[in-house]
Amino acid sequence: MSVVVMAALGGVLIGGASALLLRSHGRIAGISGILGGLLQDTQERGWRLAFVAGLVLAGVVAMVVAPSAIGSSLRTPPMVVLAGLLVGIGTRMGNGCTSGHGVCGLARGSVRSLVAVATFMTTGVLATLLVGGAA
Amino acid sequence: MKRPVFALLAGALFGAGLIVAGMTQPARVIGFLSPTGAWDPTLAVVMVAAVAVYAVFVRAIGFSLPARRDLDARLLIGAALFGAGWGIGGFCPGPGIVAAAAGNASALLFVLAMIAGMIVHDRFMVRRRARPAAR
Repeated sequence: MSVVVMAALGGVLIGGASALLLRSHGRIAGISGILGGLLQDTQERGWRLAFVAGLVLAGVVAMVVAPSAIGSSLRTPPMVVLAGLLVGIGTRMGNGCTSGHGVCGLARGSVRSLVAVATFMTTGVLATLLVGGAA
Repeated sequence: MKRPVFALLAGALFGAGLIVAGMTQPARVIGFLSPTGAWDPTLAVVMVAAVAVYAVFVRAIGFSLPARRDLDARLLIGAALFGAGWGIGGFCPGPGIVAAAAGNASALLFVLAMIAGMIVHDRFMVRRRARPAAR
C-alpha cells in the first residue's frame, strides 16, 4: 500500500477514534489535555487512564508486529529533553496540540484552533530550519 | 455509553491510526515541517483525512461543545512553544506515548520531559484565581 493511502487510512482511524470518544464520553480527543488532566488530582481519571492505556496498547502491539513503524527522534538526548519540555509547557499553555487543536478544533471550525494550528506549524517549520530539517 | 472500555478502544484505534499514518516516525514529521528540504506531505494527508471524518461526525450527531472565541497571549505563546518543541523533537504527545510504549528510547525520554514540562506549567505558570460562579 502506498504511503499516501496509509496516511489517509491512518487519518480516518484517528478521526474515527476521536469521534468514538466524543460519542461515548463527550470529550475532545486532545492528547495533551487528556494527559494533562491525568497529572492533576482534580480531573476525572477513569476515562483518561483508559484512553492512554489504549495508546500504550497500540504501541506494544506495534513493537511486536510492526517495529519498523516506530522511529527515533533525529536529535541528541539533550535536544529531545528540550523538545519534550517545550511540548509539555506549550501544549498546556496553549490548551491543545495537533490532535486537540489540529483535528478536533479545526473540524469544529474553532477560530482559536485555527490560530493555534497556524502558530505551531509556523514555529515547527522555524525550528527545523534552525535545528535541521529533512535530509 | 460512558464505559471505560470505549475510551480504551478509542485510544487503541487512535494509536493504531497514528502508527498506520506514519506519525510515529519523527523523520516523517520533520520532513513535513521542512518545506525547503525534501518535503514530506504525509502529515497533511493525515490531517485532512482525520479532520474530514471528525467534522462529518460532529455535524451528524449535532454535538455542540462550547467553543472559546478569545485569542490570548497564552494561546499564542503556548502554541508557539509547542510547535518549536514539535519541530525539534519530531514528536507530539500522542505519537510520543505510542512510540515510548513500543520501546523507543528517544520517545520515552521525550515523554518523560513532556510530563515534566506539563507539571512545571501547571504548578508554576497558572495564575490561581477564584472561579466565577456562572460559566
